[in-house]
Amino acid sequence: MAADGDRKPAKKLNLKENYALLTRGLGWEPSYQKKEDIFRTVDFEGVKIHDWDKWEDPFRLTMDAYWKYQGEKERKLYAIIDAFQQNNGQFNVTDVRYVQALKVFLNGIVGLEYASHRGFNILGRELPGVGPRIAAQMQAIDELRHATTQIHAISHYNRYFEGMAEFPHQFDRVWYLSIPKSFFEDAVASGPFEFIVAISFAFEYVLTNLAFMPWMSGAAFNGDMSTVSFGFSAQSDEARHMTLGIEVIKFLLEQDPANVPLVQKWIDKWFWRGYRLLALLATMMDYMLPKRVMSWSEAWTIYYEENGGALFSDLARYGIKPPKYADVTVKEKHRVSHEMWSVFYTVRDALGFPIWLPSKEEMDWFSEKYPETFDRYYRPRFEYWRELEDKGTPFRSSTLPKLCQVCQWPCLYTEPDDASEFVHRQGEYQGEIFHFCSDGCSDIFHDEPEKYVHAWMPVHQIYQGNCFKEGVDPSAADFNPMAAALDYMGIKPGVDGGSMRDHVDAQRWESWTARPANMHEGAITDAVRKTT
Amino acid sequence: MAVEIRTNGVKPVRNTFGHLARRFGDKPATRYQEIAYDVQPEVNLHYKPLWDPDGEIYDRRRTVVTMRDWYALKDPRQFYYGSYTTTRAKQQDALDRQLDFAEKRDLLRLLPDEVRESIVFALLPLRHYEWGANMSNCHVAAYGYGTAVTQAAIMVTTDRLGMAQHLSRIGLLLDGNTGESLSIGRSLWIDEPLWQGLRREVEALFVTRDWFEVLVAQNLAADGLVYPLFYQQFDQHVAARAGSALSSLTDYLLRWYEETAKWVDATIKTAAAENPENRERISQWFRNWRDRMAQALRPLSQSLLGDASEQALAAVLAQLDARAAKLGLTV
Ligand SMILES: [Fe+2]
Ligand SMILES: [Fe+2]
Ligand SMILES: [Zn+2]
Repeated sequence: MAADGDRKPAKKLNLKENYALLTRGLGWEPSYQKKEDIFRTVDFEGVKIHDWDKWEDPFRLTMDAYWKYQGEKERKLYAIIDAFQQNNGQFNVTDVRYVQALKVFLNGIVGLEYASHRGFNILGRELPGVGPRIAAQMQAIDELRHATTQIHAISHYNRYFEGMAEFPHQFDRVWYLSIPKSFFEDAVASGPFEFIVAISFAFEYVLTNLAFMPWMSGAAFNGDMSTVSFGFSAQSDEARHMTLGIEVIKFLLEQDPANVPLVQKWIDKWFWRGYRLLALLATMMDYMLPKRVMSWSEAWTIYYEENGGALFSDLARYGIKPPKYADVTVKEKHRVSHEMWSVFYTVRDALGFPIWLPSKEEMDWFSEKYPETFDRYYRPRFEYWRELEDKGTPFRSSTLPKLCQVCQWPCLYTEPDDASEFVHRQGEYQGEIFHFCSDGCSDIFHDEPEKYVHAWMPVHQIYQGNCFKEGVDPSAADFNPMAAALDYMGIKPGVDGGSMRDHVDAQRWESWTARPANMHEGAITDAVRKTT
Repeated sequence: MAVEIRTNGVKPVRNTFGHLARRFGDKPATRYQEIAYDVQPEVNLHYKPLWDPDGEIYDRRRTVVTMRDWYALKDPRQFYYGSYTTTRAKQQDALDRQLDFAEKRDLLRLLPDEVRESIVFALLPLRHYEWGANMSNCHVAAYGYGTAVTQAAIMVTTDRLGMAQHLSRIGLLLDGNTGESLSIGRSLWIDEPLWQGLRREVEALFVTRDWFEVLVAQNLAADGLVYPLFYQQFDQHVAARAGSALSSLTDYLLRWYEETAKWVDATIKTAAAENPENRERISQWFRNWRDRMAQALRPLSQSLLGDASEQALAAVLAQLDARAAKLGLTV
């Protein structure tokens, strides 16, 4: 620096220059330790990086700016959550079916935000460049924010409704929650590049709008100001995360042509994996929101077919093709939510939330939104089940379905070109037979069978006698394996699952709010009948 | 409004989540408790991580320290994301006023050349020390067990990036925003013999795998010497010759250090008290890294403080040993 002490006025810096200077050259080439001993996981996937500096931190936020910006958002968010709690906002939602959707959200989604947080912690440690590490660390703490604020936004509901109080316990044990859990653990168990392609690109960039827009407008439509505020507050974080997703993909593709097939493989895999995860959302959107925003089929058309189409034609110049089996998702969009709600209905006694049949009004809406399939395949089924309910002999299944070894959904999807035929795919590895819900999942398995044999398969575990609490004696005369397994999962029969008409949430809702538990079906208790 | 009349008198069915009720009783939980406890998966983990085929994604065996309950390591500041960011935002607002004042009055640029040069020599390489501490804490956040400790670690991770950026700002106040001081600091960190001891130890931490050892080495042993040595002893040395311009800016670092020490101390004290093996192991780590760091810092201290160096270093070491002894370590 100028030793003569000549003091021109200090240069004015714009934001970009400021960021560049503050983080400039923070990293260095180690000379006392070998680089491969410091960063031990960047090489094994076979990705070739020649110049880490080409990957700039897309957020370009200095920490002070981050703290102020995020701190302000937090202040606003908690003001709304506080007001919601003081005013007992939980009673202003449309009806108690909406609360069941929140249970799926708390028990199934918070764990994903958390896993994302931990996955980005690992990247924040393991990526060799300064820019990528800062980007990963900021996303890591953002995802911690999401897990935190989701719990805080929903916590008040837990004080009034069943089925939320054991969300971490259930996330680790409940059979259908291993759908989301295995999805994210698959990503975190991968190498750093696969993780970031899976989460930042395939999930956040390609699919997140689909999770976000319909779900948050669904919360708004149904009067849940707490969840809506969380959602909109998280949206500006997501915008940053999506930017990271697209920049990472371009960086990998530009660094070396050898990366293209790897990236393509991961896009194919994680698109399919993400799509299967979203079947949970499809089911919530179509069946669990008392006031609907749009159908799953419409959402898929807009947010995947149209937006995704534009994205992949843009990536074509790198030699990237649209994800494999994208055509299957388009065929399935007329069916997934109906097929999955049917599964949930039949196994409702083994769920953490109660189930109901769609009302006449809702079925008419489905007929309009799903003209190709609803009246032909699902209406007759629901009407038949309704008849059995009215006769007092409701249909139920006492066995749990076989699960797909990869996505962990019950193997109850139908053939892409025939909605009356169930898909049956199986494969062999080291003398053992494995089952899959689809060609997409079968391909994923066969690419890395040694990984997927280590999936924790809840239904297999139950049948092998591994899902019982300590001290349970399976040889006892009155031993009931299903009851013991539900106990292990933290599902209380008669309290958590079952039918909405008999459910304690519904009864309490009516006595507290004097409004029907199901706004489409009229009251189920005298508490409402008397006043309406 | 029939709804409101009725719902006003409604009593909750339960006051908190089951896992929190089992720990603290059925009473409303704090926002800190709602995220810090039990949210990390514990059982039925899927797959073997490709990056650690013998371990699991969340694995207690990534440190030799053992705890019956990892959630005993709670953060006395009770930081959750919202309270963390709003606290830092407020502190930053106050700091911005100091920085503004220093910039408008050219406080650092008006210092005598040799003082400015000694500040560049002493403080600008520490940007890289902070970046190293960022990496070490991110290691704890990545491989630690239980959200109580890992969420505090990711907050310290981002704090350390913030401290590196704050030191950069001090550099820009010295060089009139040219960035020249940052380049000088970087060359010193990489090539200057007096700085090599510290860089060697920082790199040694990068290949230390036991996350609890990294926590002790970085946040107790290394910071426990570096912070008081540079931001107290060296700062006083400058103040005696050139007034308190620099102190108004290093004060932020010291206050951050004192606040974070509450978390560091609580974590180490609780783990050491858990069982004699922990106490023995953590004490060994502490002594080892303290001695290595002290040795690395001695020549730097001599060059910065001259005759006052030995006394300053002894004071800093005595202070650190007293702190460690209070945490139950054998020093
Ligand atoms: Fe998120
Ligand atoms: Fe995100
Ligand atoms: Zn599948």
